[in-house]
Amino acid sequence: MTNHWVDIKNADLVLIMGGNAAEAHPCGFKWVTEAKAHNKARLIVVDPRFTRSASVADVYVPIRTGTDIAFLGAVMNYLLTEDKIQHEYVKNYTDMSFIVREDFTFADGLYSGYNADKHSYDKASWDYETGADGYVKVDPELKHPRCVYQLMKQHYTRYTPEMVERVCGTPREKFLQVCEMIGSTATPTRAMTVMYALGWTQHSVGSQMIRAGAMMQLLLGNIGIAGGGMNALRGHSNIQGLTDLGLMSNLLPGYLTLPGEKEQDYDKYIAARAFKPLRPNQLSYWQNYNKFYVSLMKAWWGDAATADNHWGYDYLPKLDKSYDMLQAFELMNQGKVNGFICQGFNPLAAAPNKGKMNAALAQLKFLVVMDPLATETSEFWRNFGEHNDVDSARIATEVFRLPTTCFAEEDGALVNSGRWLQWHWKGADPPGTARSDLQIMAELFTRLRAIYKSEGGAYPDPIVNLSWPYVVPTSPSPEELAKEYSGRALKDLTDPKNPAQVTRKAGEQLAGFAELRDDGSTLSGCWIYCGAWGPGGNLMARRDNSDPTGIGQTLNWAFAWPANRRVLYNRASCDANGKPFDPARKLIAWNGAAWGGADVPDYKVDEEPALGMGPFIMNADGVGRFFARAAMAEGPFPEHYEPFETPLASNPFSPGKAETLNNPAARVFKDDRAAFGKADQFPHVATTYRLTEHFHFWTQHSRLNAIVQPQQFVEIGEKLARELGIADGEQVKVSSNRGYIKAVAVVTKRLRTLTVDGKPLHTVGIPLHAGFTGLTKPGFLTNTLTPVVGDANSQTPESKSFLVKVEKV
Amino acid sequence: MADVTRREFLKVTGATLAGSSLVLLGFSPTVALAEVREFKLARASETRNTCPYCSVACGVLMYSLGDRAKNARASVFHIEGDPDHPVNRGTLCPKGAALIDFIHSPSRLTHPQYRAPGSDHWQPISWDEALDRIAKLMKQDRDANFVAKTPEGLTVNRWLTTGMLAASASSNEVGYLTQKVMRSFGVLAFDNQARV
Amino acid sequence: MPLQSLDIVRRSATTTPEPGVRRAYTGTVAKLIDTTKCIGCKACQVACMEWNDLRDEVGTNFGSYQNPADLSDRSWTLMRFTEYENPKGDLEWLIRKDGCMHCADPGCLKACPSPGAIVQYANGIVDFQEENCIGCGYCVTGCPFDIPRISKRDRKAYKCTLCSDRVAVGMEPACIKACPTGALVFGTKEDMREHAAERIEDLKSRGFDKAGLYDPPGVGGTHVMYVLHHADQPALYAGLAPDPHISPLVRLWKGRAKPLSLAIMALTALAGFFHFVRVGRNEVDEQDEEAARRSLAAGGKPEMRP
Repeated sequence: MTNHWVDIKNADLVLIMGGNAAEAHPCGFKWVTEAKAHNKARLIVVDPRFTRSASVADVYVPIRTGTDIAFLGAVMNYLLTEDKIQHEYVKNYTDMSFIVREDFTFADGLYSGYNADKHSYDKASWDYETGADGYVKVDPELKHPRCVYQLMKQHYTRYTPEMVERVCGTPREKFLQVCEMIGSTATPTRAMTVMYALGWTQHSVGSQMIRAGAMMQLLLGNIGIAGGGMNALRGHSNIQGLTDLGLMSNLLPGYLTLPGEKEQDYDKYIAARAFKPLRPNQLSYWQNYNKFYVSLMKAWWGDAATADNHWGYDYLPKLDKSYDMLQAFELMNQGKVNGFICQGFNPLAAAPNKGKMNAALAQLKFLVVMDPLATETSEFWRNFGEHNDVDSARIATEVFRLPTTCFAEEDGALVNSGRWLQWHWKGADPPGTARSDLQIMAELFTRLRAIYKSEGGAYPDPIVNLSWPYVVPTSPSPEELAKEYSGRALKDLTDPKNPAQVTRKAGEQLAGFAELRDDGSTLSGCWIYCGAWGPGGNLMARRDNSDPTGIGQTLNWAFAWPANRRVLYNRASCDANGKPFDPARKLIAWNGAAWGGADVPDYKVDEEPALGMGPFIMNADGVGRFFARAAMAEGPFPEHYEPFETPLASNPFSPGKAETLNNPAARVFKDDRAAFGKADQFPHVATTYRLTEHFHFWTQHSRLNAIVQPQQFVEIGEKLARELGIADGEQVKVSSNRGYIKAVAVVTKRLRTLTVDGKPLHTVGIPLHAGFTGLTKPGFLTNTLTPVVGDANSQTPESKSFLVKVEKV
Repeated sequence: MADVTRREFLKVTGATLAGSSLVLLGFSPTVALAEVREFKLARASETRNTCPYCSVACGVLMYSLGDRAKNARASVFHIEGDPDHPVNRGTLCPKGAALIDFIHSPSRLTHPQYRAPGSDHWQPISWDEALDRIAKLMKQDRDANFVAKTPEGLTVNRWLTTGMLAASASSNEVGYLTQKVMRSFGVLAFDNQARV
Repeated sequence: MPLQSLDIVRRSATTTPEPGVRRAYTGTVAKLIDTTKCIGCKACQVACMEWNDLRDEVGTNFGSYQNPADLSDRSWTLMRFTEYENPKGDLEWLIRKDGCMHCADPGCLKACPSPGAIVQYANGIVDFQEENCIGCGYCVTGCPFDIPRISKRDRKAYKCTLCSDRVAVGMEPACIKACPTGALVFGTKEDMREHAAERIEDLKSRGFDKAGLYDPPGVGGTHVMYVLHHADQPALYAGLAPDPHISPLVRLWKGRAKPLSLAIMALTALAGFFHFVRVGRNEVDEQDEEAARRSLAAGGKPEMRP
């Protein structure tokens, strides 16, 4: 979230699209009802299903799954055409005036530089034009035909209400009603927040859907203000934390990135990430990349990380490609992976195409499962009849199942969607001999280190040199680790302007990332968390909930990254002179000497507004970008492409071209492509989702949750039910080209038949909570149905839009 | 009630009639002391925690048996929302309100288990045995398949034949230590639920 | 735990006068259920079972979001879901939390033949004292909302207590505390009526002209009230009674003339018996309701107590 949960109460308009906050985040959704009740806010829900969120919405608008870019592109077209944009904001704080290179083109659904064989782009032309001074050229009048404003306006002229009706199945008048409501927030005194979740991420064009939403918010001046923002509602209690800490194939903590194998030169690795400012007097905070990197390497390899070995640069593995989950399971299925560890992760149920998952896991030599619960993955080798029809005797995988503690049995910090790091405390001991994940990881590591020390082996250096200063090496404490990722001084730090002045003594915790150095004198395992455990102690454990201005900013409750800031880009809530656009919603302001207010300024704190530093200080140009440059895989502006399993034969936005039917830059493995189904066999569109009574595949093990939602079901509209002769409560079979599930039918008015491209289309709703272990009635893992194709940028699987056939059993 | 059979009802009604008659005659079954149920949290220990499900991160209060005296073993018996928490202000959703049944789920794993190749059942294994065996398997695989340099001579120091998925419901401290350990091995096939 | 707020003002089948000196001078309590804020998440159902140490059966799905299928001895509250297409053609998903309404004039208490099995506290809570319950099921007949359920395990009647054990120590009921969206609120009845008025004003600004408060006078008002978008059509909400009254059967035997009622009780028990044998379910049926309407039309007035 750019903002945070409580801040939603400041909104005048709430758009829930690509998510179902009432269902998946009920206690956060409370702030929507607060905004409605106390701020006269209106709520719009755009969703293929009439959801629990829709049940309390002022306006519900149906949309075909996977067509959100068509919808949002048309909203942007409306805003640009009707001039419902926040001019001062857009002019000063975005790249609207920037001029794009002449060789950048877009035609028939493709941008310049496409390579059809590789399904990827050469993105060289996707950039701004640079002047002789090294800075990007601009046209403040926005007249230049290649300025971002003109290009964008041109791009979205094709996105009309008629196209929305045809592609999304959304009635035109409903769409226009939504446009009007959204357009009303272009004034500085009205704010709209956008709340989204996996309804946007789980598409082959998911990242671009989110970008489209963010662009709409930029046009309206709704980013950086109270009651505004782009608010990703994350799915797990610490999914934000694990992402921050970089537990993904290509990441290091704090959104630093692992080097690619071509980056053999350390200096070039740093230079490529320490962006030079693209406009005069911009901060471009990533210029401090080397400080963050060196401090991380000191945390990991201590004295073995030196200037001479580039702080252990060789210790880091180098990438030749992404080894994300979909790639890993593809390799596993090909027999190229021998060992796998699942720490509190149930991929047999969570990864797409369960059939492929079964086959892949059976290829492993060993599987280690660490979990508090008996998950499906840990029993993938066991026959559960129709629900998991495998032959145990033919599966040679050794499986270890290690019991772990759960939240109630451990101390530690979790990071919520609003980027708050909150400490929690242990209330009881775990059952039996269950151990904490910390202890298990430490025991594994110390064992391996001991063998490498005694026997040697392949490149033991990073293992035997890993800094391991923990009092009990086989069981580091959460406090030790929290202090390490926050960071401390390794030597006395002095004021650069006055070397005699010691600002931080060796061994002291650091107050924030501004103290980090690139000379090896500081250590911080995750720079964005620096200060979470500061000189004054554990700020994550703070519990002062006072909100002095009443705007929902509890700055002394826990710790928010970065720097305890609660609303990102909050500089953009003020005009060019540093005055709040909306005094009633004041976050920060310039007082003539410094920035301050109800939040920690996202800006250089003593920077005079007149000097023109942009509010988006992590961007090299200091502005919010409509034109993504080379940051996205499939193009600088979001363009509608159909889901990989689509009911349409041709993309209505680029008709007749096979290569632009679906995302041209998506990575699809050969066997997975062969497993896609076609609309003639699988005529209905399906989407998967959560129910509020359950959490993934955990709460089927909790009796209370099993009571209130006991059995797997699928939802079908009344029209489809009539066509197929299915009554409420009857068993149905839902098949895709990859398998089938059977479940109870819930026949509902809430799934309406849409008219898409002139034809009726039925949507089938498939709640994802079901499995063959636990206290609920045994069911089918719903990923039996889902296709293996990811978003071209994030590789998040397209579980929200695929084709199925429904039959009465 | 709808499930009460007629025969059961006759039984009940028979008893009822007898009971009612007794009451009518003044034989009240007990002295009717009306009291509310005892308040069950009066001296329970209260521990602050965070709901482990979605990312709203509601504050919860866990109530456990015992007052943390040396000889008492704590066991959580009730959980409700933390009213001081700025986001949930004491509220909980049906998942958070049911946390007690996650802690005490019959599916909680209590001891390490091992499934041998081709087997259709679990067998017990000690922690030391399990961890020694896993460490050995990992070392064998890493030593056999570690790539220090590509054929082109690029230094890559990566280990691709073992991978890991980390838990995005585990704490920062677990995540940080896991990241540190797995990268020291050179693992790249490494992800968490954020990918899904 | 004889706390002041829990002074008993009425108890079932008791001929001695109720203690009448202590009153709820600072206001009775009430739960307000705002159906217009409710998302049907069932947090209230779970919190209720959790706090009260109840675990209903893990049932099946019968083609609905409504689970368990009905109220039971171990499900004291239940979300009921209705899909309603309004005259404009827009869909509304009306979700109502069902459970004891804690009537000011409780039909269950009046019907109950067992001394002290049902009591009403000064704060408005109507509570079952199961140790005194004889399982006769008259409370079921007496309830105009079809709430009490007789347990198959112990033959005793159960229903929502409004968490009298929590309210006794100054806390809100478990369902109220859990409710994520603030659709459930708790306070004095007066405050709840004010809160409802604010909500109704907001709803009217959103086009719900008939938004209103459900606090039915036929049972003397209730300590559980609803805010409805369509207060003119309560039945839209899974059959919420438009104008509930205590069954005339109950009124006949539990009028003010206590000696007469004692005599009638035995007859009523028999009537109840034959009623079940004839109808198959021990609850108010249409004939009873028709009888009640006739009785009212003939000049009978529902009993109202302060």
